[in-house]
Amino acid sequence: MISMLFNFKGGVKPASHKDESAQAPIRVAPLPSHLVVPLRQSARAVARCVVEPGRVVLKGDVIAVPEGPMCTAVHAPSSGTVRAIAPQPIPHPSGLPAPSIVIEPDGEDRWVERKRFDYRTSTAQQTRDYLRDCGIVGLGGAGFPSHIKLGPGEAGIETLILNGAECEPWITCDDRLMRERADGILAGADIMRHVTGARRVLIGIEDNKPQAIEAMQTAVQSLGNSVMQVIAVPTRYPAGGEKQLIRTLTGIEIPYGKLGTHFGVQCFNVGSAYAVFRAVEHGEPLVSRVLTLSGNMAKPGNFEVLIGTPIRELLPLAGPHADTDRYLMGGPMMGVALQTLDTPVIKGTNCILAGSPALFPPPPPEMPCIRCGACALACPAELQPFELYWFSRAKIFGKAQEYSLFDCIECGCCSYVCPSRIPLVDYFRFAKGEIWAREREKTAADIARERYEQRLAREEREKAEKAAKLAAKTAAGREKAAAALAEVAKPATTPEEDAKKALIAAALERAKAQKEQAHPENTGNLSPEQQAEVAAIEERRAEIREMAKPHLRQDD
Amino acid sequence: MNNSPYILKPASVRSVMLRVLCALLPGIAIYVWFFGAAILLQIALTSITALAAEALILGLRGKPLKQFLTDGSALVTAWLIALTFPSIAPWWLTVLGTILAIVVAKQLYGGLGQNPFNPAMVAFALMIVAYPSLMSQWPAAGSTDFAAQWQAIFGARQLDAITMATPLDALRTVLRDPEQRAVIAGLLGGNATFGNIGGRGWEWVAAGYLAGGLWLIQQRVITWHMPAAFLATLFAIAGVFSLIDATQFAPPLFHLLTGGAMLGAFFIITDPVSGTTTPRGKLIFAAGVATLTWIIRNFGAYPDGIAFAVLLMNIAAPLIDRYTQPAVFGRRKADGDPQ
Repeated sequence: MISMLFNFKGGVKPASHKDESAQAPIRVAPLPSHLVVPLRQSARAVARCVVEPGRVVLKGDVIAVPEGPMCTAVHAPSSGTVRAIAPQPIPHPSGLPAPSIVIEPDGEDRWVERKRFDYRTSTAQQTRDYLRDCGIVGLGGAGFPSHIKLGPGEAGIETLILNGAECEPWITCDDRLMRERADGILAGADIMRHVTGARRVLIGIEDNKPQAIEAMQTAVQSLGNSVMQVIAVPTRYPAGGEKQLIRTLTGIEIPYGKLGTHFGVQCFNVGSAYAVFRAVEHGEPLVSRVLTLSGNMAKPGNFEVLIGTPIRELLPLAGPHADTDRYLMGGPMMGVALQTLDTPVIKGTNCILAGSPALFPPPPPEMPCIRCGACALACPAELQPFELYWFSRAKIFGKAQEYSLFDCIECGCCSYVCPSRIPLVDYFRFAKGEIWAREREKTAADIARERYEQRLAREEREKAEKAAKLAAKTAAGREKAAAALAEVAKPATTPEEDAKKALIAAALERAKAQKEQAHPENTGNLSPEQQAEVAAIEERRAEIREMAKPHLRQDD
Repeated sequence: MNNSPYILKPASVRSVMLRVLCALLPGIAIYVWFFGAAILLQIALTSITALAAEALILGLRGKPLKQFLTDGSALVTAWLIALTFPSIAPWWLTVLGTILAIVVAKQLYGGLGQNPFNPAMVAFALMIVAYPSLMSQWPAAGSTDFAAQWQAIFGARQLDAITMATPLDALRTVLRDPEQRAVIAGLLGGNATFGNIGGRGWEWVAAGYLAGGLWLIQQRVITWHMPAAFLATLFAIAGVFSLIDATQFAPPLFHLLTGGAMLGAFFIITDPVSGTTTPRGKLIFAAGVATLTWIIRNFGAYPDGIAFAVLLMNIAAPLIDRYTQPAVFGRRKADGDPQ
């Protein structure tokens, strides 16, 4: 470890519980009875389904194509028949179902034709597009599309970081992956390095995984590659948080709202690197991943699981104990409790954790905050959580934002250490949700106001048109008499009158276009006076309309 | 169903408060050694009063008794009152002070976590204003006759035999008499009142508080900021002035080891509820308390100034916090990265 490490502030050291599942090698999970592949991949990205029920697909067939820049393709995880495209439960705190493609596997698990992708002769853009079409997203949990992260930054990417920290308790899938497939991970990293033009690759692994560190170091040495470096980082949650790991390895702090690319650094989960390797070198889109089954289970371990496998069908592999009262997707610090076991494995699923009252005891009753500051000491974002708590609780959201509410990464350290057992993160989630809701409401209100203004303008215009029609009708009655008079004495026209007439004619043209259908017989032959009258009315109306506009705005 | 995180560190308000009480034990033991068991009597009085007052108000407020009565916060207030009041004060004085602290300073403001002022210091300030002479009769070091102390607390007070002016009182008397000013330099070093540094017996009690306080820092119940800033500031100011005129101003170590300085540094000003919470805010708060303490000790009407200094800085605490918010991750000024 020649490289100097930078410390991030805060963090906690919960019991790691890694040994339970880290011992056994990765096993391939059996084919499930059906696969549920959600089209919604993240909050912003929903892929467009391109199959219909009854379609026979092969493993790796594209079943949904990306829509929008933040989206990636979705593939059939196994060969079989599309049975339905319908809302299904997805792993989300709300437990609300989302459109998904249900596939019944035929048991043969037959691949589509797989072709190696030659990234060396392709442009970076071509490789990124290829990865997007292979459905590669971050496997660390957030599922951020890799092709976006590999995109050119403002200053280019200098440092590529592989995240093998795996700081959440119980989870060991990255540990096993690094131990068993180090070469593939490094190959993937090399491809990403090639795409981004990064000059060095830093591989950060928490020092509680000595075997993984050794395996990765051996692999780096056998590559004879001097740009890659394996670095053991101190075991302290959330050392594997993207911002924390970047800080630890490079000293760069990426504030809220900025991406790594702004600072010439980009961070990928080791699993994502492995997925890139499989996609590029083997032509395999992302249809499976390694995940940990652990917690209150008889045989915890790591399994290679098809995306879309219902959790229910995975559980027998690890044998949850009878007193299991809940299942979490993810670790105990940031995981989401599953509302139903029909929830499928998605690309970001790194762990299914069985919980029991003994393992995750219900929190003791909440006490008042005593401002002891334990949360501030534990906060890796260096916030003052107890201040945010007061503001969130009192719904003073402006103040909460002033105290950097949105810099909170919801890692759970503050709740973990709070002696008053205040669920601080819940308060922050609530406050963020409320602020987002208010912003949405404001946007909706803006749209509604615009619509209202448009309606007012339309009504005004219609009224004006009606008045014009009326004026035209009355004019038509007088027109006959005027025509008789005209027979007797045709007045000579002066140039002034000519100009007036031209104006009148122009006004008439407009009126005519509107009224021709209703009154074809009347409009053609108005007397000059009548026409002038019409034009004057029109002008006044236009003035009123102009006056009305700012008035309306003031009313807002 | 609750949300993440699903695991919690074993921690509670009770364990925080119990550790504060434990940290007071060395100082109390030395107190008993030098000044007799009267302090234990006072601790028992204030503890029972505090719990009873707390229970009464919690009941009136309809709060869960078991949850709040066992949190230990009332006991911390009670012990601090006992330790800051004279140990031979009449029983009703400490009981009244405790009731005011719990009922008025704490519960009327909303109970645990809501009080803007340090309850023990409210009690001390009110009592010393109301009963200045009773609050100034301290036991003499070495007079550990429990029967006499019992008599002083519960019976007719015959105090001459067992009281003695505290070092701060003695200092004040000396300073007020221009004739004796020259004596001040000779006060320290084996003097009957002044002991070696901070007063006979008192300097050892202070050492006991210091030991307990350091343990609290090691236990992460408090951070180093406040004690360090308080002691450093008091030392610096007293040092500068005793250098300027040693006949008028007591030396810095005297200030640190006498009166409530050590107890204040680790146990009183560190009350998180009524104090500041940001790292810089803690430094400013503690330095402010130290400055005010020194000023009151030297120029004020009362012998020790910690209670008033703490209450005054309590008023300023929210403002200090507001203007000392630390930069969050990634938002430090590019040129001023503290790391």
